[in-house]
Amino acid sequence: MRGSRVVAGLVLAYLLLPVAVVVGLSFNAPSNRLSYDFDRFTLANWADPCGPAGLCASVLRSAQIGLLATVLATVLGTLLAFGLTRHRFRGRGPLNALVFLPMATPEVVLGSSLLALFTAGAVPLGFWTVVIAHVMFCVSFVVVVVKARLAGMDPRLEEAAADLYASPWHTFRTVTLPLAMPGIVAGALLAFSLSFDDFIVSNFNAGTMTTFPMFVWGSAQRGIPPQVNVVGTAMFAVAVLAVVITTFRRRAR
Amino acid sequence: MTVTAAARPARAARRTPYLLILPGLLWLAVFFAVPVVQLGATSLYDPNGSLTDGYAMTWSFGNYATALAAYWPQFLRSLLYAGLATAICLALGYPLAFVIAQRAGRWRNLLLILVVAPFFTSFLVRTLAWKAILADTGWLAGLLRDLHLLAPDGRLLATPFAVVMGLVYNFLPFMVLPLYASLQRLDGRLLEAAADLYASPLRTFRHVTLPLSMPGVVAGTLLTFIPAVGDYINAALLGTVRTSMIGNVIDSAFLVRLDYPQAAALSFLLMAAILVLVTVYVRRAGTDELL
Repeated sequence: MRGSRVVAGLVLAYLLLPVAVVVGLSFNAPSNRLSYDFDRFTLANWADPCGPAGLCASVLRSAQIGLLATVLATVLGTLLAFGLTRHRFRGRGPLNALVFLPMATPEVVLGSSLLALFTAGAVPLGFWTVVIAHVMFCVSFVVVVVKARLAGMDPRLEEAAADLYASPWHTFRTVTLPLAMPGIVAGALLAFSLSFDDFIVSNFNAGTMTTFPMFVWGSAQRGIPPQVNVVGTAMFAVAVLAVVITTFRRRAR
Repeated sequence: MTVTAAARPARAARRTPYLLILPGLLWLAVFFAVPVVQLGATSLYDPNGSLTDGYAMTWSFGNYATALAAYWPQFLRSLLYAGLATAICLALGYPLAFVIAQRAGRWRNLLLILVVAPFFTSFLVRTLAWKAILADTGWLAGLLRDLHLLAPDGRLLATPFAVVMGLVYNFLPFMVLPLYASLQRLDGRLLEAAADLYASPLRTFRHVTLPLSMPGVVAGTLLTFIPAVGDYINAALLGTVRTSMIGNVIDSAFLVRLDYPQAAALSFLLMAAILVLVTVYVRRAGTDELL
């Protein structure tokens, strides 16, 4: 068992090494455009994160797409999860399959098939086609997370509310929804991170618009501005901060 | 016919599930199911058409033969790289998931956060960080050359090793999380019982731990293999043309060469190959209820 602990430590180090490199490179003044080596320490990248043309615009666009896709996917996915767990109806099996299939389909296929549809329908590619695409692949993940939460809920709580003469709507608002909330929030967070980080599906359906991952991809061919690592580090810091705050708030309660 | 007051709520209740599922169902039908059918149709279009002149539906099943004849090496390579990456992820992820689930005590949550921490920053930025780590002038290549583990002119970057390592890195958390979920439910007393009955650690693993964690193994391998086989970011950033995967071919067929029928045929072949492999695998592993 000692052996498995050593392996576990090494695997964690392997997972975290690139993150450390991203943080390090955000303070790097590269010797030339195409160099990936650490050359000289500088704060210039952090002082001017929007320096490279188009970088901050692409981050903003990714955030807008992420928020819109998250709201839509969370609403659609939560409704689906309630329908699938709380009700027995004809066609439940095929519907479960339809929800599962997008997760079992590689992103190239998802992205290219939507592109084929948009092209056939002469739909102009851009912001909205990417939002539509992101909602499509996020819905399934929201359904899975919310379903897992609903499956673990004690049905007697809602029965108790009904016994105490709460109307169905009142029961839903004050008992069911609060209990399901952690699952819905987790689903929404997952949807946002999937959307914000997506490259493949976006690249097929964005036309000439650029999201943050697409900006990184494009600049990888021309030489990456060190500010990309500033954005990467800042994203990491925000996420860590969010995790720390939620953990402490839960402890405080 | 009039509807009695008592029948009205009953009818409304019967309608509820359909109202709940309708919006999501429509979205998935229009933007997932219809496009996949459209993709199937595109794969049978006349290969002599073009995007500007339009394509004629000629039921050209020959598109599949031409696509396979031209790109079978990339197809095989994708299956090989993704299979290898999945096997390595399992070998690395299992001990980590086991330690977190059974031995971590109060460090459990912190370790789980560390496992998903790479997701906190962008996929592409992380993969580019590997480009820096594996670079010819980087410290890792230098160290390995000094230790004579790498030839003086040997490279880490732009090799099959780099691509497979990138795939392992990017999809490892997808392996660890389901493994953790099923190992965490494993009753530690069963392991003690096996040890009390003089089972060696290896026998305990083979006859107790592994069989009980099978659902996690199956879920983890699927969650790793499926995205890995279609991925082309690692192959493009860490590899060369000689390490191209089928995703690279589909991407350039759709976006650069604009050969829609062939690109669609390749996409459809990839999807079919995955569905067949997954079905066979899940049947063999005896965990049908997962699907």
